[in-house]
Amino acid sequence: MPYYAGVDVGSIATKCVVVNDDGRAAASAVLPTGVAGAKAARAAFEQALAKLGIGGGRVAAVVGTGYGRARVPFADRAVTEIMCHARGAYEHVGGGVTLVDVGGQDVKAVRVDERGGVAEFAMNDRCAAGTGRFLEIMARALEMDLAELAEIDPGRGDAAKVNNMCTVFAESEVVGLLHEDVEPAAIGAGVLRAVADRVASLARRVGGGPFALSGGVALSRGFARALSSALPGRVEVLPEPQLVGALGAALLARGQVP
Amino acid sequence: MAEDWPQMWKELGLELENHDKLMAALGPLYLEWFAGQPNRPEAMRYFDFVISEVHGLRIKELLDHKGKGGAVVGTFCLFVPEEVVVALDGVAVGLCAGTDFSVPIAEAELPRNLCPLIKSFYGFKRGKICPYFESADVVVGETTCDGKKKVYEHLGKIHPVYVMEVPNKKGPADRELWRAELNNFVAAMEEITGNKLSEDNLAAAVKKVNAKRRALRRVHELRWNDPAPISGKDALLIMQISFYDDLERFTRKADEVADELEKRVAAGEGVFPAGTPRLMVSGTPMAIPNWKVHHVVETSAAAVVAEEMCTGFRYYKNTVNEDAKTLDEMKEALVDHYMDINCACFTPNEPRLDDIEYLYKNSGAQGIIHATLSFCTPYLLEQGSVKRFAAERDIPLVAVETDYSEGDVGQLKTRVEALIEQVST
Repeated sequence: MPYYAGVDVGSIATKCVVVNDDGRAAASAVLPTGVAGAKAARAAFEQALAKLGIGGGRVAAVVGTGYGRARVPFADRAVTEIMCHARGAYEHVGGGVTLVDVGGQDVKAVRVDERGGVAEFAMNDRCAAGTGRFLEIMARALEMDLAELAEIDPGRGDAAKVNNMCTVFAESEVVGLLHEDVEPAAIGAGVLRAVADRVASLARRVGGGPFALSGGVALSRGFARALSSALPGRVEVLPEPQLVGALGAALLARGQVP
Repeated sequence: MAEDWPQMWKELGLELENHDKLMAALGPLYLEWFAGQPNRPEAMRYFDFVISEVHGLRIKELLDHKGKGGAVVGTFCLFVPEEVVVALDGVAVGLCAGTDFSVPIAEAELPRNLCPLIKSFYGFKRGKICPYFESADVVVGETTCDGKKKVYEHLGKIHPVYVMEVPNKKGPADRELWRAELNNFVAAMEEITGNKLSEDNLAAAVKKVNAKRRALRRVHELRWNDPAPISGKDALLIMQISFYDDLERFTRKADEVADELEKRVAAGEGVFPAGTPRLMVSGTPMAIPNWKVHHVVETSAAAVVAEEMCTGFRYYKNTVNEDAKTLDEMKEALVDHYMDINCACFTPNEPRLDDIEYLYKNSGAQGIIHATLSFCTPYLLEQGSVKRFAAERDIPLVAVETDYSEGDVGQLKTRVEALIEQVST
């Protein structure tokens, strides 16, 4: 029985999903991308295969996607993360949805049509505002782990107001609030809300609800809650949100071979 | 080349060190982006040559023209009536405004949050690195946006500047304003050139400029065929060169390209395989050497087949009526012509959507890239109406906002490739 693989080389993490002939996810792997995207892609692919105990010869087709999609030397073709995420989200939702994907260095909103195609999309412009990297830098300024920031309740009554969306200025603003003895968790709540507001405005540009959330930042429960408050209608956090793009890529690899 | 260009540049007052750096950066970029394109039309050789002599031979021609008592008039906008300049034996040249290189020089004085085209041209003058600027007896500005309008005040302190007021609406009062502005412009140009506008010289100039617009239209519309007989990048290049090359020679050379393209079309030949995804670009002008969006598209296995831009359809869409007899009728024909440019400086600007629809339908485009320079408020705001227009017709569209830096090429590529996937599935 042939397998199909999708490799999503993101700015921070490289993800691989292998699906079987029925299109069901059989194995996956997530590794840091580091400086060599091609190496990370190969390692993630091999790790996923090892979990299945199969060799590369059993994989009938591979699709590369993500920021490093052109650097997956063993891929049969490259497909943009826009289309792969739409395909992956459709697999989970089974219908039209506005997908919000918050990754390490970009944020995208994709209106997925009733057949799983891309109806419209928008991405953040050359700016880290509202991305995983933004949260990382804010966590550092707050002297907390990213995981700790991710779990803060954005609904806390004492949430601070963070206005700046430029990463550098926001960092200064956070430091300023710390100097005013505002509690770090209250500032963290403000950071999550500010990022969610930014992401929500991008999402509203392409469509209404229902909304689905994917990408590494979807693992933050605090962020997901903040986004739910910022958007009208339900926001469904997709299962294994970091793998949605790689899953879509694997399914597209499977679709390619008759 | 036997000619001593550095000596010529020195005499023009250029800052040679910076100018050398600019030329050293542009040459390899051009070779990399243009020379390697497969199956380029033979007739593109002339345009390669023009680029190789962009700051050499062409400047020499302008200086020779000045030596014979002729005037050189620099412009940045389609609204400047070049027919008048040509009639008075002047040469109209579109000035440099399309590279990042000169932006930091401008930013020493201008705000950063300003359109890159404006920063680019101001930096060229402030840094003395554009021989066209230094050759121009006068630069004719216009009030098509707040950024340009105010920067012409800065520019006026370091170069002779004449500003035309372009109306913001298209009603009777606006026409009247533009007619008055045209008359003032004629008077100003008569003074600068020392020549007098007449029925004969204006009629001849209108014919020459019309011929150029027709030649450009031929080249650009032959791209409507599939396979496209010329790349979008080369078509854009020809358009950009039309703004500063010798008028009649350019027209001949552009017609030679069109003749060759017609043969290619008849033979079913093209520069991309038949069935290559086709996109059109709409938005702000792309001043030379800004080829970024086209390059991203055409290195992503798609073709640009039309431009609803000033460096495109807006320039060659109309010709000036040649049947006018008296000087007043001829000037009225010029008023008609220029008031029919669908620039975002007008409110409302609904006819621009008709232009987009015309190009979209006829060019066989399958999707639209709305490309805007950063901080270009008029076009960024029209992005909304263009998006609605496309959505109502189920036309795939992606809006990009970009400047002259290379920093966002990866992000642009992702957006453009996603649009190509959308139109190919």
